[in-house]
Amino acid sequence: MSTVNTRDTTGASDAMGEMVQVCRVDQVPLEGGVAALVGGRAIALFRTWEGNIYATSNYDPWSRASVMSRGIVGTRGDVPFVASPMHKQAFDLRTGRCLDDESVRLTMYDVRVLDGRVWVGGEKSVPEGEST
Amino acid sequence: MTNQRKRLVVIGHGMVGHRFVQAAIERGLTETHDVVVVGEETRPAYDRVALTSFFEVGADALSLLPEGVYDDPRVRLVTGVEVTALDPAAQTVTLADGEVLAYDTAVLATGAAPFVPPVPGHDLPGCFVYRTIDDLEAIRDAAATAKVGAVIGGGLLGLEAANALAQLGLETHVVEMAPRLMAVQIDDAGGSMLRRHIEKLGLTIHAGAMTKGVVEVDGRAGGLQLADRDEPVAADVVVFSAGIRPRDALACIAGLEVAERGGVLVDEQCRTSDPHVFAIGECAAPAGKMYGLVAPGYAMAEVVADALLEGPGTFTGADMSTKLKLMGVDVASFGDAFATTPDSLELVYSDAVAGVYKKLVISDCGTKLLGGILVGDASAYGILRPMAASGLALPDNPEELILPASSGTSVQVGLPDEAVVCSCNNVTKAEITDRVAREDDPCADSACVTACSKAGATCGSCKPLVKKIVEDHFASVGRTIDRSLCEHFSMTRAELFDLVAVHGYTRFDEIVSAHGRGRGCEICKPAIASILASLLNHHVLDDDAVNLQDTNDRYLANIQKNGSYSVVPRIPGGEITPEKLIVIGEVARDHGLYTKITGGQRIDLFGARMEDLPVIWKRLVDAGFESGHAYGKSLRTVKSCVGSTWCRFGVQDSTTMAIDLELRYRGLRSPHKLKGGVSGCARECAEARGKDFGIIATEKGWNLYVGGNGGAVPAHAQLLASDLDDETLVRYIDRFLMYYVRTADRLQRTSTWIDSLEGGLERVREIVVDDALGLGSELEAAMAKHVGGYFDEWKATLDNPEKLARFTSFVNAPDVPDAHITFDTSRDQIVPAESTGPVLLGASIGVGAPAGATP
Ligand code: SRM
Ligand SMILES: Cc1cc2nc3c(=O)[nH]c(=O)nc-3n(C[C@H](O)[C@H](O)[C@H](O)COP(=O)(O)OP(=O)(O)OC[C@H]3O[C@@H](n4cnc5c(N)ncnc54)[C@H](O)[C@@H]3O)c2cc1C
Ligand code: SF4
Ligand code: FES
Repeated sequence: MSTVNTRDTTGASDAMGEMVQVCRVDQVPLEGGVAALVGGRAIALFRTWEGNIYATSNYDPWSRASVMSRGIVGTRGDVPFVASPMHKQAFDLRTGRCLDDESVRLTMYDVRVLDGRVWVGGEKSVPEGEST
Repeated sequence: MTNQRKRLVVIGHGMVGHRFVQAAIERGLTETHDVVVVGEETRPAYDRVALTSFFEVGADALSLLPEGVYDDPRVRLVTGVEVTALDPAAQTVTLADGEVLAYDTAVLATGAAPFVPPVPGHDLPGCFVYRTIDDLEAIRDAAATAKVGAVIGGGLLGLEAANALAQLGLETHVVEMAPRLMAVQIDDAGGSMLRRHIEKLGLTIHAGAMTKGVVEVDGRAGGLQLADRDEPVAADVVVFSAGIRPRDALACIAGLEVAERGGVLVDEQCRTSDPHVFAIGECAAPAGKMYGLVAPGYAMAEVVADALLEGPGTFTGADMSTKLKLMGVDVASFGDAFATTPDSLELVYSDAVAGVYKKLVISDCGTKLLGGILVGDASAYGILRPMAASGLALPDNPEELILPASSGTSVQVGLPDEAVVCSCNNVTKAEITDRVAREDDPCADSACVTACSKAGATCGSCKPLVKKIVEDHFASVGRTIDRSLCEHFSMTRAELFDLVAVHGYTRFDEIVSAHGRGRGCEICKPAIASILASLLNHHVLDDDAVNLQDTNDRYLANIQKNGSYSVVPRIPGGEITPEKLIVIGEVARDHGLYTKITGGQRIDLFGARMEDLPVIWKRLVDAGFESGHAYGKSLRTVKSCVGSTWCRFGVQDSTTMAIDLELRYRGLRSPHKLKGGVSGCARECAEARGKDFGIIATEKGWNLYVGGNGGAVPAHAQLLASDLDDETLVRYIDRFLMYYVRTADRLQRTSTWIDSLEGGLERVREIVVDDALGLGSELEAAMAKHVGGYFDEWKATLDNPEKLARFTSFVNAPDVPDAHITFDTSRDQIVPAESTGPVLLGASIGVGAPAGATP
């Protein structure tokens, strides 16, 4: 597994500059998800119709199972979202916020596409409200 | 009174002949008549209007009588035999095989034949016409080795033939004698707009060109010689589509009167010059005029059935308005399209860039719409045609009616009550409003209106208007009903099903961009996945479908609370050999799975990791098992009892019937899950009345119950029909299930669906048993397509590396199992362990099945 140091120009990730190359973009299904193992954590990668890649924890805070990558990806209004495959709660892919209950969030990870490859970094922000 | 039965002979088994026989059965003519139908084609009647789709859907899907026989034993169908003579004096017809049939009444329904101009070379190999399935098969075979095709005739049928040639991969030419395309329906400006569209698709049009002959090359057609050019147009497939001629030869020879321009002359009851002979469809010429469309033919068929029952029906002409989509281009023509009414005015909107041409013909005083032509955008047809037909006063700014939608949609058009909204089925606006406004059992939506009044049930072009009238009515009484599927589709599942079927969509993207908004969600995606699966019988894990599926369908297994999955092989009717039982035991033991006998008479293996599903299924498939679809909204099980084979009370072989039915309907994707049951006698050990379709044996056959379920709101199935033989039973279940698949809401079990239909169970009986809408054969054909197309989706997955590749734990670490899935032990088997939160996977990953999983 190779790593790369990137300066985060968007300021989205202040925790960690180090990212891991995970897979090719086309290994993340269009409007679908796939699970990846990054730094010992189960991560869910999603690709939306516009081609944006998002990385969240694979752990569904509602059902407490590692399944998020198997959810259905779509839109609610303008919000790209994934529905938990277990009981269908919806999460905003950009923020991890649960659209059905503000107090619940999915952990988000930094993600970047370089040369057709997906790179994943550290947690984007510490989720408030639910920590285990 | 004499009880001597009479004989009715129908000559020709095409669309209209078939419709006549159906009417004869439905209206009870067969109580007094034996009917013999003789058709010269080898196949029973099929949908000629949809002939071009033969290349995509095949002959079976086009059949109007897929079973090959009529439901009524008093009707005899003879196919593949020509009628060679009709003798009105002796009242007999003679068949090509020598049989002579005496008749009390004969009905000519011989249709029409393509006209082939007698130019030199017209009969060379490589020359074809476009009328029958046999013609299309011959064209397809020839096209396999050909490069260039030419169609002689640029009318409606010629363009359809040209479309077919282009689809078969030929460079395609159209030769039309008139200066424009579709000269009968549209004017010069419309014709040139249409021409531009078609040329953009790569076809070459030769308008104003006269064909002098077919050029012979090596004993076959090699090109066309046109009048005004020296070089022939190369073509190795030539299709003549230069008009049709009524097939009136039998009538001519028999001495019946024929019209000046061909066709058997008939009166308003469709009676020929001999009182015992009628003529209907394209071979007939009521008042000397022949009608080349199917709707007038159907009307004639009804009129003759009526006449034989001494009813008052008459045929006095028909609306010749047409709307069609040719190679993706909308074309419509209605009413007085050519402004032949004295002093009429024309109002034209034309946008060459967008390829849209619209013309309205208006009365001299500017108050009435007389007719019109639409090319490139015929969305206004639904409102304009009835407006023209009813002589409705025009709005103040009539141009609004044809301006592009952005500026034109605001016009409110108040159709008069007597305006015919559905021309196929002759339904007026008043009838539609009455359906929703009546006190007694009103329709709740436009789908119900279509089901009850038939408005919209045939060509479908009036559906938007029917819907609008219904909605306007609800709005006027202050009622709003939101039947949207979700925020992305403002329509019901049934409406969406029709749209997908009519347009032949195969992908979510096409559907959401044409009829929805956004990119879908967890509600509409699985619903559309299910609709596509019902219609296409494709693999639910195909590229276009896989990401629409709920997780259960996506991994062909049921997800469990800890993220593991269960495995349910099909055990049809609950019958299983000891050998297979052993295999299930061995697989469960070797993979450490929890096993349980389910409530559905089969065995469920729990606790499989997603990435292990393929190896587990490989062993099951190798041992002869297949998917049990426990994960799908589809047929689960058909529960059985041992029945007459073992049980001392049994009166029929319920086990065999249950197995047959389970195998017949396995894999059928439906709005919700489906369950069946078959009991061998009234003691009902299989709990059939708790199932969506339940069958209970009787001394004489089977009683069929529908609409039962357990679950949170249990319902007992109700009796639909009694004492059925095997064949009729299966036919009724076919119809019942397909009607449900097509019209139910998402996640609506059969019981609630039946309650939601206007008329409830009676409605179901009309459709399934009485075939009141004539939908029976279509529903059966759809089921036949499902049954014929069935394959085991687990085996197909194992055979496909791309699909298999999706069964991995981590895209970048396929060998590492997800440590979140852990088990405890209970009563010597595994059970999911409670999750304690996200797990960090360390260096050592010990997550196998715990000790105790194997006995
Ligand atoms: C395994 C089984 C229970 C058992 O241990 O016996 C079972 C298990 C589940 N049932 Fe069931 N049902 C099982 C027989 C039944 C029965 C009994 C029967 O079929 O005779 C019923 C009542 C009969 C009926 O369906 O009308 C039944 C009524 C339900 C319902 C309520 C349906 C309703 O119309 O209200 C649901 C919920 C749903 O489908 O929305 C449900 C849903 C489920 C689901 C799929 C829940 C889920 O989404 O995870 C369970 C997962 C099955 C799995 O993982 O394999 N299950 N379920 C039975 C599997 C039968 C089979 O071989 O396929
Ligand atoms: C490609 C194509 C597209 C069309 N599109 C449309 C459309 O969009 N809308 C529309 O309204 N119409 C359309 N039509 C026309 C429509 O198909 C006909 O109007 C309709 O089929 C007429 O029905 P019919 O029963 O009178 O004739 P047919 O369906 O032709 O049936 C007559 C049958 O009688 C048989 N027969 C003839 N002579 C004998 C004999 N002596 N003995 C035994 N059998 C005999 C023939 O073989 C034939 O099977 C289309 C036609 C074609 C070919
Ligand atoms: S339903 Fe009748 S035939 Fe079947 S097992 Fe029960 S008693 Fe026997
Ligand atoms: S106009 Fe054809 S179905 Fe109504």
